[in-house]
Amino acid sequence: MSAVLELSGVSKTFTMHLQGGIHLPVVQDVAFSVRPGECTVLAGPSGTGKSSILKMIFGNYRCDRGRILVQHDDETIDVATAAPRRIIALRQYAIGYVSQFLRAVPRVAAVDVVADPLAANSAARERARAQAGELLRRLHIPERLWGLPPATFSGGEQQRVNIARGFLPDLPILLLDEPTASLDAANRALVVDLIAEKKRRGTATVAIVHDDDVREAIADTVVDVTRFAAAA
Amino acid sequence: MVEALTDNDEPLLVAENLGKNYGRLTACRDVSFELYPGEVLAVVGESGSGKSTLLQLLSAQLAPSAGRVSYRMRDGVRRDLASLGEAERRFLFRTDWGFVHQDPAQGLRMAVSAGANVGERLMAVGWNHYGRIREAASNWLERVEIEISRIDDAPRTYSGGMRQRLQIARNLVTEPRLVFMDEPTGGLDVSVQARLLDLLRGLVADLGLAAVIVTHDLAVARLLSHRIMVMKGGEVIETGLTDQVLDDPREAYTQLLVSSILPP
Repeated sequence: MSAVLELSGVSKTFTMHLQGGIHLPVVQDVAFSVRPGECTVLAGPSGTGKSSILKMIFGNYRCDRGRILVQHDDETIDVATAAPRRIIALRQYAIGYVSQFLRAVPRVAAVDVVADPLAANSAARERARAQAGELLRRLHIPERLWGLPPATFSGGEQQRVNIARGFLPDLPILLLDEPTASLDAANRALVVDLIAEKKRRGTATVAIVHDDDVREAIADTVVDVTRFAAAA
Repeated sequence: MVEALTDNDEPLLVAENLGKNYGRLTACRDVSFELYPGEVLAVVGESGSGKSTLLQLLSAQLAPSAGRVSYRMRDGVRRDLASLGEAERRFLFRTDWGFVHQDPAQGLRMAVSAGANVGERLMAVGWNHYGRIREAASNWLERVEIEISRIDDAPRTYSGGMRQRLQIARNLVTEPRLVFMDEPTGGLDVSVQARLLDLLRGLVADLGLAAVIVTHDLAVARLLSHRIMVMKGGEVIETGLTDQVLDDPREAYTQLLVSSILPP
């Protein structure tokens, strides 16, 4: 099967205007592709640009050069040049993302934080809430917490809410930035199961994981990001 | 969703090389963008950046010195705002557009009842059944979290937050497709702001409204908008997806704005 996500020549440099305009090269000529059902793990020490690559695929960071091609609905969309409304549509229908830290509206209940991506309108909301509840239960978030905003939760609980939010919609591409970092062994194993289920359903996954066991369990391909180190 | 998408493929509002001079002073220069149905655009910048002038140009309250604004009317045809007849302008102002002012006193009639403030917009578009108007007004008051028991009170007896919520109800009762907002949370206490933002976020999503929101508050932009335009000295200096511009700002001025926010 052909790739659903394909990066080529992707380069990124930060220019820090407030620090005298210094240039911080992040990555250069990133190239890899991911097929449906495949899990690609980005490997390399911290500071080599792994998270920046995920953020560029999600459209959260700009891509200075190169192409990030996503196959969606018989169309090829280049995230690097797509208009904002196309990227918003891709996030709704094609690309899910579990960030390192939960960033939620402070007053929104955990169950709604999770249900939100599926609840495009009030009609869909009740159904989405029920599904969100099931997933939260599976991730060992007690029901008494569902109605509370996750800001007061522990780091591990927040991360599981974040995982539930990212895993609830069934999208063809899933980006995972250290999804198991602050989890105990039982929950880590659960996330490995969830990833395996996604793979069976044909989701193309790009993940950053530092835990060797988790990487071993989920990776079909390992991409060494140090290959894309930018010349300073 | 599918039928909405085909309709959404045409922009609702288009600004082309829009500019406004006051004598030798340039308030706003060469602004171009397209706004699609359901899209929320935030215009951010400091006072004097030209963002309020831009809002007035877009909403036909001010005539541009250069460029043009066009709007897709309900018949699907896009028309230059400058060429509209009086009846069409009235239709836009009374029905198809909303305008939420920073100061609710500018958008409300302070001496008449809350119910009349909301009902008035309906009467202007031909509603004449008192019971139905009152019912629609009560529904909207409920929707913006104003107690029905206050329906006969005039907004001058309301708190600032309630006035702002009433102004929103008055604007949305005619089911507009586009709403302009000028610092909608400015001048309110932080807790009141938060409640208003949550309300706006819910309404905009539920109604699929397109909106242009002028704000100096990047947190408001992040919460409410899909896209952002950063203005400085009357010009748009950076534009893009909201989280992209705020998380990966490119221009020096945008980096300064973003770095000036206190972390939550």
